[in-house]
Amino acid sequence: MMAAPGAGDLGGNQNSPPLVLLEGVTKSFPGVVANDRVTLDVRPGEVHALLGENGAGKTTLMNILYGLYRPDAGEIYVKGRKVVIRSPRDAIACGIGMVHQHFKLVYPHTVAENVALGLQGTPFFGPARVVERGLRELGERYNLPVDPKARVWQLSAGEQQRVEILKALYRGADVLILDEPTSVLTPQETGELFKVLARMKEEGHAVVFITHKLDEVMEAADRVTVMRRGKVIDTLPVAETDKASLARMMVGRDVVFRISKAECTPGKEALVLRDLRAVNDRGLPALRGISLTVCRGEIVGIAGVAGNGQRELVEVICGLRRAQGGEVVVLGRPLTNRSPRTVADAGVAHIPEERLRMGIVPGMTVEENLILKKHHRPPFSSGPLLRLAEVRRFAEQAIEEYEIITPSPKTPAKLLSGGNIQKLILARELSGEPGLVVAAHPTYGLDVGATELIRQLLLRQRDAGAGVLLVSEDLEEIVSLADRIAVMFRGEIMGIVEASAAELGEIGLMMAGTRSGMGDPR
Amino acid sequence: MKRVGPFVLERRLAPSRGAVLGISLLAVVLALLVAAVIFWGYGVNPWHAYRVIFQGTLASPQGWAEVVRRAIPLILCGVGLVVAFRAQFWNIGAEGQILAGAVAATGVALFSGLPDPWLLPAMFLAGFLAGAVWGMIPALLKVKLRVNDVISTLMLNYVMMYIVEWLVHGPWKGPTARGFAYSDLFPRAARLPLIPGTRVHWITLVVGVAMAIACAFLLSRTKLGYETRVVGQSQDAARYAGIDFLKVTLWVMLISGGLAGLAGAGEMAGVHYRLRSPAHISMGYGYTAIIVAWLARGSPLAAVVTALLFGLIFAAGDVIKVALAMPFQVTDVFNGLILFFLIGSELLMYWHIRWAPKRAASEG
Repeated sequence: MMAAPGAGDLGGNQNSPPLVLLEGVTKSFPGVVANDRVTLDVRPGEVHALLGENGAGKTTLMNILYGLYRPDAGEIYVKGRKVVIRSPRDAIACGIGMVHQHFKLVYPHTVAENVALGLQGTPFFGPARVVERGLRELGERYNLPVDPKARVWQLSAGEQQRVEILKALYRGADVLILDEPTSVLTPQETGELFKVLARMKEEGHAVVFITHKLDEVMEAADRVTVMRRGKVIDTLPVAETDKASLARMMVGRDVVFRISKAECTPGKEALVLRDLRAVNDRGLPALRGISLTVCRGEIVGIAGVAGNGQRELVEVICGLRRAQGGEVVVLGRPLTNRSPRTVADAGVAHIPEERLRMGIVPGMTVEENLILKKHHRPPFSSGPLLRLAEVRRFAEQAIEEYEIITPSPKTPAKLLSGGNIQKLILARELSGEPGLVVAAHPTYGLDVGATELIRQLLLRQRDAGAGVLLVSEDLEEIVSLADRIAVMFRGEIMGIVEASAAELGEIGLMMAGTRSGMGDPR
Repeated sequence: MKRVGPFVLERRLAPSRGAVLGISLLAVVLALLVAAVIFWGYGVNPWHAYRVIFQGTLASPQGWAEVVRRAIPLILCGVGLVVAFRAQFWNIGAEGQILAGAVAATGVALFSGLPDPWLLPAMFLAGFLAGAVWGMIPALLKVKLRVNDVISTLMLNYVMMYIVEWLVHGPWKGPTARGFAYSDLFPRAARLPLIPGTRVHWITLVVGVAMAIACAFLLSRTKLGYETRVVGQSQDAARYAGIDFLKVTLWVMLISGGLAGLAGAGEMAGVHYRLRSPAHISMGYGYTAIIVAWLARGSPLAAVVTALLFGLIFAAGDVIKVALAMPFQVTDVFNGLILFFLIGSELLMYWHIRWAPKRAASEG
């Protein structure tokens, strides 16, 4: 039980002591340091944004604060007292509440029942009834109107989020952690959420708001802490910064290095998109008229924060999602709304975003996975039969060429490491000289060695004359690999810039929704 | 890693063949131990009961013949279910598909007027097709309308049961059946030859083993088998790979339903020689085949072995009824217990349990 050491006063806020102070928090997972000596202070009455790209360590840090992970090193102080948080129950007892990106609600139950679930001190029978009254009061106080008797499955995403917030408030949370709260909301709902945050601020609560969206930081936060690769880059008041410099901090301009690449020689068109339109899984517009050309022998990078239509774009091109309008032409062939097999057979390689769920069949062997998508064609089959000798020969060759580390071709693919699974997928997709390579987050979560190898493979494809569409949230990767960069925001292309002339600040602004003047939708 | 009392549970990704076999056998033995309690509750010494069962089944050629006879429909249905389960299609409808095959075979035997040598092949073909159609209805419903396959296959069993009831009480009620709810007896040419001195219709047995070999080949060596396994393990990967879900599902259920239909035709032509009430035709072979397939762990060849195990249990049921004066339904209890322990043993296969007495409680 010791007092908090004087926290470095980083912002220009009033000198109130921190409500929560994390000091020197370090957490490693196999192969990666997710948090590296992180220090963060959260003060009463502030909205504190935690900004960073995917994988920067934001969520890990907050999961430590909420007791879901134990830190390897470092200390946590709540209201000046040193605490050890072993579980969410401990966190709640310390007045810390968390709203996860994916809600933890029981859908067939009512709002009140969800709030009552796991709550201490409620009666055995009809606990929800006791909760209902309290919920109405809280709802009025914080302007969070939700009918306590409504069933959760009937509520919109925004209302479900309100239930999660109410759940935390009902448990007496002084500090509320919101993990990417706007990713599921419409713009209107986002506006309402920000009003609630302002109200909570007035009541003296503190809000930690995890995001990778610059706009939201500027709009809703008082102070911002930028994280990159597990480290805190800086903590500063929002009033003293701007989007461009935040974008630069997030991406890290000091580490922009270029992989040596040959001069781009645009030849025939590998991919032409004309006014492409599609909706997302919830039926909302995800692509609002995308026009883009990828030439053979060039890499076009798609930059943008997650959830601005990149996933849907890749799916429409590969035949996995219907286009509502517009046109997809691959290597001169119209392929709009054709089956995934037709698209693949036409020479489109697809390195999928979710490599474990989609890219491989985890329980099948390495050699069987290496012929997925190609099993129905010679040389791997003739008539209805598979030609196992050919499959084996191809597998042995691919394992050697792509340096896939596996005990044998007969090993189940799920036993391979992430990097080797990705090498397996590339070996399969890049065999047979594809004319177009669609790569979605190809190095996400991989170690340095595998990342480097995969980038080299993509460059080699380009030099061999394939067009490459590279979707990535890693701006550094896009800048170092792509010949041209298109920035997507809310289903539209904000602008296309030559990579050689690209400025991170400008790209950052387009990622936040500012349209570029020099758009060149070739 | 998890800790439960003094034990540590460790996840294992790929259980070895030996572990799978050992744990499955352990589950069966445990089920038989619990079943011993039922004998004891009936006032029968369990040791005595198991000895009588052994003498009545495995100790004599006659006993073996009964085991095999009971195993024949289980082989056919079990192999078909293995194929369906490999595609993650939960076909609980083999019972109805057996009956569909029986109805079609009866129709050909009694009403087709085909020349004698053609009669048996036509009965098997009709049985296969009827079972296949009955199996493909839920396949279509699942792919086109997302109807849950467990529910639709299960419910179609009852539909087919009542169709059979209606036939034997109504239009197909035999003029020579003296008021019983039977169809007429099949002509001689519509009956399968038996191994002399037994009731084993060996042609169906040969067909069943051949189908097991064919399905093993199908799954491991053909495009369709490959696509079946991809669909069964990851529907997302199947979609990504451009595999036609409808085509694969229809083929799988054509095979699965068709093999159950063959079993129904075999029971008609080899055992009953007449259509009769559904409970007498099948006695739950279609449901028991689910356990047969589950225990076979995805291998059609292993399904032949597991079918024999359950053939043994059915034969034991006959012995129990005659020698111990207990109801035949005790076999259902056996089946239920074995399934219960098998599903429970899944957990053991993927978790390695290690004895590790407690150290400091707050170990990270």
